[in-house]
Amino acid sequence: MPLLEASEVVAGYGQTEILHGISITVDQGEIVTIIGPNGCGKSTLMKAIVGLVRVWTGSVAFRGEDISGRPPEQIVRKGLCYVPQSNNVFPSLSIRENLEMGAFVRGDDFRGRIDEMFELFPDLTLQPGRKAGSLSGGQRQMLAIARALMLDPALLLLDEPSAGLSPAMMSIVFERIRDINQTGVALLLVEQNARQALGMSDRGYVLVAGEKRLEDTGKDLLGNPEVARLYLGG
Amino acid sequence: MSGRQVSVLSAVNWPRRIARHWTPAYTAIFIVVLAVAIGFLPAVNMGLVVHGFFVGAIIALGAVGLSLVYGILNFANVAHGDYMTMGAYIALFIVGTMLPSLGIEGSGLGPFTFGYPLLIALPLAVVAVAIGAIVLEVTIYRRLRDRGANAVVISMASLGVAVALRGLVQIIWTGDSQHYPRESRQVYHLPMDVRIPPDAIFIAIVAIILVVAVYLALTRTRMGKAMRATADNPELAVVSGIDTRRVIWWTWAMGAVLAATAGILLAVFQAHLLPIMGWKFLIPLFAAVILGGIGNPYGALVGAFVIGVTSEVSTQWINPSYKPAVAFAIMIAVLLVRPRGIFGGGRN
Repeated sequence: MPLLEASEVVAGYGQTEILHGISITVDQGEIVTIIGPNGCGKSTLMKAIVGLVRVWTGSVAFRGEDISGRPPEQIVRKGLCYVPQSNNVFPSLSIRENLEMGAFVRGDDFRGRIDEMFELFPDLTLQPGRKAGSLSGGQRQMLAIARALMLDPALLLLDEPSAGLSPAMMSIVFERIRDINQTGVALLLVEQNARQALGMSDRGYVLVAGEKRLEDTGKDLLGNPEVARLYLGG
Repeated sequence: MSGRQVSVLSAVNWPRRIARHWTPAYTAIFIVVLAVAIGFLPAVNMGLVVHGFFVGAIIALGAVGLSLVYGILNFANVAHGDYMTMGAYIALFIVGTMLPSLGIEGSGLGPFTFGYPLLIALPLAVVAVAIGAIVLEVTIYRRLRDRGANAVVISMASLGVAVALRGLVQIIWTGDSQHYPRESRQVYHLPMDVRIPPDAIFIAIVAIILVVAVYLALTRTRMGKAMRATADNPELAVVSGIDTRRVIWWTWAMGAVLAATAGILLAVFQAHLLPIMGWKFLIPLFAAVILGGIGNPYGALVGAFVIGVTSEVSTQWINPSYKPAVAFAIMIAVLLVRPRGIFGGGRN
């Protein structure tokens, strides 16, 4: 049984259908990347999975349980956490408070988990009282990921984690993503930076205009001439 | 949430923010304002300044709550003044009818005009208004949001609530002026023609306690932090697992507690209650909130004192019935220089 299984998902905003029946799966411990041109529905698919966008038809199953139609705050509790592409921290809250908010649903003592996050992202330890709004883009991205990891999720959804980062920072973020995966967390990424993302992914999907065009292992997608021509700039 | 440009419940990093946006134009304006202020200072009646601070304390309680509600629910709650009225009248019912029937009566507690029954009535009335605010949230505001009503529609609905609450007060308590059981008290005479009624000391103490309590709640408690998080970014709050429904309930409860307390203190301060009292107070309330930067409760606090003091001092030269006009004139003057209010997040 896959960890996450989206089947024939149709969804959109208002009257506009964006996703025309997309099926993807993520297995335990995998890194899966979704690439595709702007406006192809990558972010909408993520939002449909976490419950921010209503699934019109089709289903989303997490650990075999249908979660489509559930509100996001319930889905999060099941161990499926999400980092939006932008506005992904609480700017007026301190670093520590952001992490506390990530652990909002935890009833137990999560101070140990905060320390683990500081170990994973040493940049954040320097000033835990600093406002998230004053952090650099890279630090903000780290904090956003750390916030989502506070619940110890089985699956983490990252929407364009490298967007707007310098190449050096991008490499660090990708390195962290691999570290997180090493701890047993499965990842579903949406990425513009297809080469680097596919390079570390077990599998990948290519979305075009709300439909699934290709699916393959990360390595084979990288070697696919069509993908290379369209998304790898080569 | 990219369209969202409302200032967050940001903490007090304003000295740095002001420094960052400081320009020669500000310096010129600052010098002119300072010169005018110093020129006027000898002529200013210090008694009015002190009086303005007490009025400011009452405005502050209302304005902080109004600002919190705005920051989290994103609409201007026009009924906020009538939550004040409700608080004042429910307290009147408790001290005037309910407690006397239990044999609890009194006035002139120590130096104050009111008796100890008011100290019992205050928490009870405040909790009653908080419950009422949550009932209105469940029966009206949540339904409107769920149907996708925009901020203007919700504000108009709150206008309806305001009119309905005032009508309710008028039906139950009539439109006549009323007051809590009271005894006359000597005012304290201080140098420079400053006279302080003892009740004002009580008002200041209650206001300080509540503002500190709100500050601690917002910065130290899990729910308070969740309120700030929801004000910052509601969508991220939801995907973080924050129960935004409960956050909204707590926001209403906090806003209503502050408003009801402000209403009771206002009734004590002006020594009478009228059904229109809260509605009339809405003008300085909004002036304070906008002046401080919409959605920023710390800004609302500063805005409240600016409005309180300036509009009271203005009565030295201008007919007191123009106080609301003075409040708005000051608000407009400040907004011309800082369009987002004194502490309203720079220019993003």
